[in-house]
Amino acid sequence: MTIMDKTADIPAPRAGGPDDARLLEVRDLHVEFHTRDGVAKAVNGVNYSVDSGETLAVLGESGSGKSVTAQAIMGILDMPPGKIPQGQILYRGQDMLTMSNEERRKIRGQKIAMIFQDALSSLNPVLSVGYQLGEMFRVHQGLSKKQAKAKAIELMERVKIPAAKQRVSDYPHQFSGGMRQRIMIAMALALEPDLIIADEPTTALDVTVQAQVMDLLKELQTEFNMGLILITHDLGVVADVADKIAVMYAGRIVETAPVHELYKRPAHPYTRGLLDSIPRLDQKGQELYAIKGLPPNLLKIPSGCAFNPRCPKAEDICRTEIPALVPVSEQDGSELPGRGSACHFWKETIHG
Amino acid sequence: MPDATKTETETEAVADATAAPSAATGKTQDKPRSLWGDAWFDLRHRPMFWISSILLLTLLIVAAFPGLFTSADPSDGDLTNHFLTKPELGHFFQPDWFGYDGQGRSIYARVIYGTRASIMVGVGVTAAVTLVGGLLGMLAGYFGGWLDSIISRVTDIFFGIPFLLGAMVVLNSFTDRKVYVVILALAFLGWTSICRVMRASVITAKQADYVTAARALGAGTSRILFRHVLPNALAPTIVVATIALGGYISAEATLSFLGLGLGEPTISWGIDIAQGSQAIRDNPHALLFPAGMLSLTVFAFIMLGDAVRDALDPKLR
Amino acid sequence: MAELDKNDGSMDATPNVTDVVAVDAADETAAVAAIEAPVERGEPILQVRNLVKHFPLSQGILFKRQVGAVKAVDGVSFDLYQGETLGIVGESGCGKSTVARLLMALETATSGEVFYKGQDITRLSGRALKAVRRNIQMVFQDPYTSLNPRMTVGDIIGEPFDIHPEVAPKGDRRAKVQELLDVVGLNPEYINRYPHQFSGGQRQRIGIARGLALNPEIIICDEPVSALDVSVQAQVINLMEKLQDEFNLSYVFIAHDLSIVRHISDRVGVMYLGKMAEIGTDAEIYDHPTHPYTQALLSAVPVPDPEARERGERIILTGDVPSPANPPSGCRFRTRCWKAQDKCSTELPLLAVPERFKGSDSPAAHESACHFAEEKDIVGAAS
Repeated sequence: MTIMDKTADIPAPRAGGPDDARLLEVRDLHVEFHTRDGVAKAVNGVNYSVDSGETLAVLGESGSGKSVTAQAIMGILDMPPGKIPQGQILYRGQDMLTMSNEERRKIRGQKIAMIFQDALSSLNPVLSVGYQLGEMFRVHQGLSKKQAKAKAIELMERVKIPAAKQRVSDYPHQFSGGMRQRIMIAMALALEPDLIIADEPTTALDVTVQAQVMDLLKELQTEFNMGLILITHDLGVVADVADKIAVMYAGRIVETAPVHELYKRPAHPYTRGLLDSIPRLDQKGQELYAIKGLPPNLLKIPSGCAFNPRCPKAEDICRTEIPALVPVSEQDGSELPGRGSACHFWKETIHG
Repeated sequence: MPDATKTETETEAVADATAAPSAATGKTQDKPRSLWGDAWFDLRHRPMFWISSILLLTLLIVAAFPGLFTSADPSDGDLTNHFLTKPELGHFFQPDWFGYDGQGRSIYARVIYGTRASIMVGVGVTAAVTLVGGLLGMLAGYFGGWLDSIISRVTDIFFGIPFLLGAMVVLNSFTDRKVYVVILALAFLGWTSICRVMRASVITAKQADYVTAARALGAGTSRILFRHVLPNALAPTIVVATIALGGYISAEATLSFLGLGLGEPTISWGIDIAQGSQAIRDNPHALLFPAGMLSLTVFAFIMLGDAVRDALDPKLR
Repeated sequence: MAELDKNDGSMDATPNVTDVVAVDAADETAAVAAIEAPVERGEPILQVRNLVKHFPLSQGILFKRQVGAVKAVDGVSFDLYQGETLGIVGESGCGKSTVARLLMALETATSGEVFYKGQDITRLSGRALKAVRRNIQMVFQDPYTSLNPRMTVGDIIGEPFDIHPEVAPKGDRRAKVQELLDVVGLNPEYINRYPHQFSGGQRQRIGIARGLALNPEIIICDEPVSALDVSVQAQVINLMEKLQDEFNLSYVFIAHDLSIVRHISDRVGVMYLGKMAEIGTDAEIYDHPTHPYTQALLSAVPVPDPEARERGERIILTGDVPSPANPPSGCRFRTRCWKAQDKCSTELPLLAVPERFKGSDSPAAHESACHFAEEKDIVGAAS
């Protein structure tokens, strides 16, 4: 399946039932923030989708709009100053942005769950971990206190917290960073959601613990056949777990590809630049490749392709015309499934 | 590598022409903008700031030059002609505008002349409290250790004394209660909150990396304290002091009402409220006007404090 | 002459340097003179011996009593040679940032010595310490908190000259600051702007300019690029390498990103729970690690190549790093080590070339603090 459609080609929302629809599909989403200094355009027409059992990695730097998109999906965007002037967020074919609050709350609480970077500040410090885990069951499923506690222990065992029975009454600060992130995952899993959005889930953790947590997340995803949207800036983490990747820059998706393809043959100069700037052994003692310039100011995104001031391939057309995300094909014209690039010169980039 | 230097510089130049730093703004990005400047910019765009400032400015002028606003003598009572005369709301700025009190004195004139005592107590207590509390809080926060232990414990003890009750006890031991006596009594009990706020923000500021950087450069204590720590710890203190100022004014009025604050012949809203409250059923105006003035003044200071806090809120930076 | 031998037996061996030539300065002037003397390229400029820093844990409000200590740094020794970059890697809580602060004399060491040109800087004060500060500077991790938000860029970069007025006469300072801005690749006209008007990468350049102002010999970099965007990291790394050549600097480069450390470092030390686990040249550490922790660390790093993870064995450690307030007995790593035996809990392994590799020219013959040091085929980071 293709992850991408050109913005112009997007079909009208189908009235079809949940069976023929994607688990989650974001269509032409725009988000802007009204600040004292002007309108910051954080997301400018993002399209992506995830199916059950699939992992989509959204890769981008700060200000690329990767987290804002996720916040829009979860409905945790601060509005105002945030605003969604355009776009759809379809959960099994239904647009969450036009639903009633009650319906939306149901989906966001039970069907889509989110894991944050900072587990300590996402957990309530004055309530025991068991209480917080059990709360889900008491509120949503009306279980008794005792039943909820049993469920909490079960969840903690599932995310491999040692001695779960003894630790269920402990408070968040008594756990280490890695264990807290596990508790966050347990919380997200509690109601067996269809989709998990993980926003930089391992960035705050040490490398040796990072690997444990990512492995756990992957294992649970397979077990429950969940969709996973992994938001990160780390090219290494992405390579480890993703099925497909969407690279974001200045609020747009600039490239999409299956994971192996992207690292082998990037089709956008930004992706290429990111990959080239990773230090490699044969470059020891030499200057690193660096993308010149700075990430764009969202109040004043460059005209045309937002990457043009930093791009080594930029020509006049890049400064005037916004490149659409088009399907990428092999040199002989044969299709490359799942690949797309928003570059006027994608052919030169991938084949050149 | 002279070439490398050149490329780097060019890089930044290009980047800046097109992609200004996200923290900077569109229109004013080329000018240096200090944080105080930003806060001032923010304040100027708040109607609350302007309303409260104009109010307070007017009050200050009234306090300084009461004679400009009324020709009547606030102490001149004419019981035969003016005993509790009702207000003439059409007679703007005339002695009978707000009517007369139980001793035949012009309430308007008394309200005008009473401003001075209130403003003096408010500003005086705030200045004293900020100086003493700010200094102690800064020392406790910056040096820590035993000094902090002592100052913090003393603060706790003073914090435990009920503010008004404490002030009443202190003032009760004075027979001649002039403005400065009230100021000292209130400041004696009121410095703790500023001290705590200052201590907390100094502790936060001294842990910042820029302070470590200054130490690594070999900077001395006074440079670190006055150039790095204090400017970054001042904002919360300013906010607390502005809001507290209103509180001190009402504290003075309360004490005067109870007969333990300022005494005759000083003119104070609190004294007038006390006297006005005796005839409240038939002649509410004798109470209403001084009480209204008091509320307006306190309100203006609290509103200013709110506006300043919003403008200085570090979370917006 | 303060010689290493005076220390007790549990001291780490440092075969690459027999002992420290400590200069016993008679007075402050002599100390300053020793500090200002030049050092030949390739000679040791900074020698750290058995450095220890314990942070006391205390209880009580008015009368505090000590109930324990966080052993942030617990006996670390290494040398820094003039002109080289020594990388120090490790996870959070391993003490690498405390080492940085000790080298800067920002913390007082509990015990141990830091010899800078033969002077123990842990014991210096006054004029001699100020002279050291001129020569050892620091670049911080977070470019958002390391610059005073209420000062202009010109004041920030010019502050070193206010503190050390002998470096630049008053009239020259503005020109000096603008020159520094130019050196780090910023527009010299930005001198009157405030830090919040710059992006993260630009702020880090300002921090570097401040560090360079006094023309130091050593710069301690504590995670200098980890707070920056990926595309900007490479720019800053390039700038730092350029400056090293241009100003003949020695770097202690502390980071957790193993591929960046490999790129910039000549030698690398791996820390775990306040101790140095392994130290050697970059090739020795990355291609021939012998300490199990180094091996696990290298294999845990996510490699930006989806096919790499299918090659070689991947070690995933169980459990978390123990608390530095209560570290395991013997080898600190034994609670997470797959090779741990009884000996590991009773006997502290010293940092030395392992017995079995002694006298061999193999790259595995470098200092490693493990009783069972051996090579292992793993997925390498940044290879």
